[in-house]
Amino acid sequence: MDVLFNIPILGFILQFLVYLVNVIVNGHITPIILGLATPIALGALCGVLNERSGVVNIGIEGMMLFSAYVAFMVALLVHQAFPAERSSLFGATPALIAGVVAAIAAGVLISLLHAWLSISVRADQIISGTIINITALGLTSYLNRLIKPFDSAGTFQSFKPPAELVNLPGVGWIFEMFTAVGPIAMSVIVLVIILQILLFRSRWGLRTRAVGEHPKAVDTVGINVIRLRYRNVLLGGVFAGLAGAYLTLEATGSFQNNMTAGRGFIALAAMIFGRWTPVGAFGGALLFMGSQAIGVAIRLAPPAGDLGTFLAGIQQAYPSIYNNFFTGLPYLLTIIVLAGVVGRSIPPAADGKPYEKESST
Amino acid sequence: MSVAQSPPPRLQMRGITKRYPGVVANNQIDLDVKAGEIHALLGENGAGKTTLMNILFGLARPDEGEILLDGQPVQITDPADAIARGIGMVHQHFMLIPVLTVAENILLGAETMANSIFLDRSEARRRIIELGKRFGFEIDPDARVETLSVGWQQRVEILKALYRQAQILVLDEPTAVLTPQETVEIFAVLRRLAAEGQSIIFISHKLYEVLEIADRITVIRHGEVVGTRQPSQTNEDDLAALMVGREIQLAVERGTSHPAEPILTLENLTVRSDRGQEAVRGVSLTVRAGEILGIAGVAGNGQDELVEAITGLRHSHGGTISLAGENITGWSVRDRREHGLGYVPGDRQKFGLILEFPISDNLVLTRYYNRPFARGIQRVDPAIEKWAQEKIKEFDIRTPSWAVPAGTLSGGNQQKVIVAREFSRDLQLMILDQPTRGLDVGSIEFIHKQAVRKRDAGTGILLVSAELDEILELADRIAVMYRGKIVALMDGRPTANKEEIGLLMATGGRVPAEGSPTEPSGQAGATPDTSVRGETS
Amino acid sequence: MRRLRPKSYVGWLVVPALSILLALLVASILIIASGLVGPEKKVNLLLPLVAYRSLLVGSFGSFKGIANMIVAATPLMLTGLAVGVGLKAGLFNIGATGQVLMGGFTAALIGVSVADAPPMVAIPVALLGGMLAGALAGFIPGFLKAFTGAHEVVTTIMLNAFIQLMVSGLVNDVFRAPGFSFARTAPVGNAILAGAGNTTLHIGVIFAILCIPLTYWLLWRTTVGFEIRAVGANPTAALYAGMKPRRMIILTMSLCGAFAGLAGAIEILRLGYYPAVFGTSIGFDGITVALLGQANPIGIMLSALLLGAMRAGAPLMQIQARVPVEIIDVIQGVILIFLAAEIVVRRIFRLRTAPGAGELQTITRTYGEKVVG
Repeated sequence: MDVLFNIPILGFILQFLVYLVNVIVNGHITPIILGLATPIALGALCGVLNERSGVVNIGIEGMMLFSAYVAFMVALLVHQAFPAERSSLFGATPALIAGVVAAIAAGVLISLLHAWLSISVRADQIISGTIINITALGLTSYLNRLIKPFDSAGTFQSFKPPAELVNLPGVGWIFEMFTAVGPIAMSVIVLVIILQILLFRSRWGLRTRAVGEHPKAVDTVGINVIRLRYRNVLLGGVFAGLAGAYLTLEATGSFQNNMTAGRGFIALAAMIFGRWTPVGAFGGALLFMGSQAIGVAIRLAPPAGDLGTFLAGIQQAYPSIYNNFFTGLPYLLTIIVLAGVVGRSIPPAADGKPYEKESST
Repeated sequence: MSVAQSPPPRLQMRGITKRYPGVVANNQIDLDVKAGEIHALLGENGAGKTTLMNILFGLARPDEGEILLDGQPVQITDPADAIARGIGMVHQHFMLIPVLTVAENILLGAETMANSIFLDRSEARRRIIELGKRFGFEIDPDARVETLSVGWQQRVEILKALYRQAQILVLDEPTAVLTPQETVEIFAVLRRLAAEGQSIIFISHKLYEVLEIADRITVIRHGEVVGTRQPSQTNEDDLAALMVGREIQLAVERGTSHPAEPILTLENLTVRSDRGQEAVRGVSLTVRAGEILGIAGVAGNGQDELVEAITGLRHSHGGTISLAGENITGWSVRDRREHGLGYVPGDRQKFGLILEFPISDNLVLTRYYNRPFARGIQRVDPAIEKWAQEKIKEFDIRTPSWAVPAGTLSGGNQQKVIVAREFSRDLQLMILDQPTRGLDVGSIEFIHKQAVRKRDAGTGILLVSAELDEILELADRIAVMYRGKIVALMDGRPTANKEEIGLLMATGGRVPAEGSPTEPSGQAGATPDTSVRGETS
Repeated sequence: MRRLRPKSYVGWLVVPALSILLALLVASILIIASGLVGPEKKVNLLLPLVAYRSLLVGSFGSFKGIANMIVAATPLMLTGLAVGVGLKAGLFNIGATGQVLMGGFTAALIGVSVADAPPMVAIPVALLGGMLAGALAGFIPGFLKAFTGAHEVVTTIMLNAFIQLMVSGLVNDVFRAPGFSFARTAPVGNAILAGAGNTTLHIGVIFAILCIPLTYWLLWRTTVGFEIRAVGANPTAALYAGMKPRRMIILTMSLCGAFAGLAGAIEILRLGYYPAVFGTSIGFDGITVALLGQANPIGIMLSALLLGAMRAGAPLMQIQARVPVEIIDVIQGVILIFLAAEIVVRRIFRLRTAPGAGELQTITRTYGEKVVG
């Protein structure tokens, strides 16, 4: 057993792995993992649509934030105007649904700005995305300060799957993950699969992949590169909007300044990790946010044995650092994964290069 | 009026005129092509051939003139329109997407659908294989294009056009990237296509090829048609005179070389490519002071990695490199340059210049840290400016001043900046990589003369070029590189034999057995794509 | 490749100025809207003028105001350089926030330990420590970019968040000074940057302003600066010419971090301690300053003054015109949108379109690539 500073390392690693498996299978935290991963996955899907078409989108963070705000405010206004009973389906009300629709519209609207700057104006796409982030943050903070919300339209409620399904030995946790969640979280896996199939088997998918690799080739076979890129970027906005709606209408029932807290960037890392495929990006989202969920689990239901005592000791001595470390774990993981994966994970060849129709030289 | 009129030619272009700011690219050009005819368009770089074909393909609109297909006037609005009308284009720089498969590349834009959303891949596969068979080759639709050799990629391009039922096929400099052997093969394919009734427009600047394949030749110079010939009525000199408008010296006077001691010695050099495979496999080579050694070979046989290893841009994994007696294996790029290595890279805009920087900065790009251009960390601007003015004069670089960005210069002048920078030093060894690619005849002449002069001053020169003619013209000795090895080493002209070298470039010296297919050379080090086979017809 | 035309030096100033004008116009709409939602609930078309007037008065209306403007601009000059110098090397350093926090935190800790030393010693030592800490915070993403290709845009934002959490945790758990109602470090004693006279001007202002000509000299008069700019413009050509892009990237990111660390150190030493929750916008403002200043030291200085003026005058505007200070953030964003869409600005004002890419267009190029050399 390796002992470092009196800490038996190997033993801890084993204990941790056992704990990990146990808490995932029996701890009922898989819905939490999916919930945490939802905005990341949706943001990553937005990223996939953008970058597969050849447009770099750093502004997912801003799109999410703006959509979150719009979702919240629209839901609130509708709720004020038309208060309604909660339906049995996810506790949906007209207000909440209106909020989701509005968020999607908001996402598409900001995507229009990004598309215009990146495709037509041909500005630097990273700068364009950063500008969207800055503007969204400023605008939402300003509006949030101006119109102080005093109420909330509430949130969607999670579905409650039958106990027999959840408690199935060995696989119950998988069912629980995809069913004991709210509507938006539930839609994620469906959207991921649909997008994956379409990207690799449909005509649209072929053209999208081509235009991100070699737009000139696509142009010469008579496909309109600009229109294709615009459409895909706008479609990406739908997913970013959905992610924003999730944050304020399903995960929490309120809006805080800068509540996205870097999720848009973690989404980018998930996309890169997943090699620009929807399924891969989803896996990346689960990985990055799973770490945060494990952190929550460790604090709520600490592991037994030496590892547990060790961790409890740290928590006692440095509570703020302990908590903040787990909160910050996704960020750290993102850096580590990116450092290890870039160069092996190759983006579409024309990613980030604006397309210019050249008349012959 | 004759009663029996022959049908109008499949394609007629009449009076086509196209102007760009500062230049008339096409001036009243007439061209007609019959069904089943191979019609060559001959002209120098920049003569207007590509413009004309871009107009035909809908990538540009003519200012004046008209296009008639089968006698009917048409307006071709964009490539989709051109394709719909049966015009297919095989571009000089392939419009293929490397990471996608052959089928996906062919399908793009003309997708065979199973329903309104999903592709019908099995039907597409079937059609592609059938099409290939019809024109004499077997192709694997599921191979990724990046694994194919250049010759096979070209066939995919042709299939793209045929899949869309093209009746007029335009090939833009199709043999620019092929070995002589591959050229023979593609000519066979073209003849077969013509026999089936295809009209083929063959754009080239290579006189002997055009004489060999074409049924008719139209020569374009400075945007105008200067003559149309049948191959039987003309010869290379006639065509050359038409192309350029004057008697040109087809080759620079190379003179005799007086080689002295070895200046560059490679011993058993091994270099790996980015993919981890051996791109240079145990190469041993010597360049002597005062001689030009040319490396002939199809692109992708390890030349890039070889040059990168010698210049220090890439690690070598075995063997040694010696420059002027010193073992420089493992030295940094800068140290090698300081030791007397000069390098003119193959892509001048990507590797040789910083286009946004002024010409003066580019001229000192390799020596800005030395006296007199800098004292310690501080730059000495007056010294840089003075040097720049001298070099601009000496090398006749056409520019209003030394302060303008290098990006404002023409291609030829940009190359002159690089040449001025590299050649203005006492060098032991100079590496020239595709030094005249894309340049006009005047600039080519200038650079070739500079190279010979440097050689006569005692520098050893390593010339890597895809243009076999350039190598034959300049090299005192010629090495042929195939799949990472030097498969032949010989004296240059007059003893060198072009066909022999071409064969070596294509096959590496292995004589194919009777009736068995010849493998075209592919990516250096990559396993040959045995699923893609060719038949010699 | 498009043919570049020689740079026009007028265009350099015109487009940013016009972008600001247009942004103020757009912000006016928001200000009018805020009047609608505010306590008086009426449409006051003159409200923007009131707002902008108080903004001006707050920053230029008195000597104190001007002093406040300069003090507010000081850290912005530094964070502007932190982003701008990076841009010259083709790097987009949006990690200024994290580097600022590192610099401030380290300066606070050092200040506590040299609290009793004479100010002439304490202040430079604390500032230097902050610079080095910031340089470290910049070194990490620089190193990762150089040797793994991980794009700094993502790694720096992640580091921002992580540094924020960890520093906050450290203040709460390890360095918390007893006897205060909120979590903060002990007083820095003699390392404090006191105001001169009864203004807020302090000696850190001089350090910051000195960085401007220093940066200019570095970038355009030295071989190191030449290498930085070459690597930013065309790293492959730089490599082929014998330069070492990896080394330059690491050096530049560290330098940028040092600038930002100095900004953080100055702000904290002004405050006199490091609070567990240090909310500052100077990191992000630096991005606006750098882009508005076109990554040019003089431009950065001017933009810093402008943004400093806005920040300094905003509290008065909030009081007099009832417009929340966050409007400045919105104005920032809109300025940047117009900057990015300069082609639109040019069309609106019928300016000559200048073809060719400026330095700001080189960031996205390195998005997915590994760095060689």
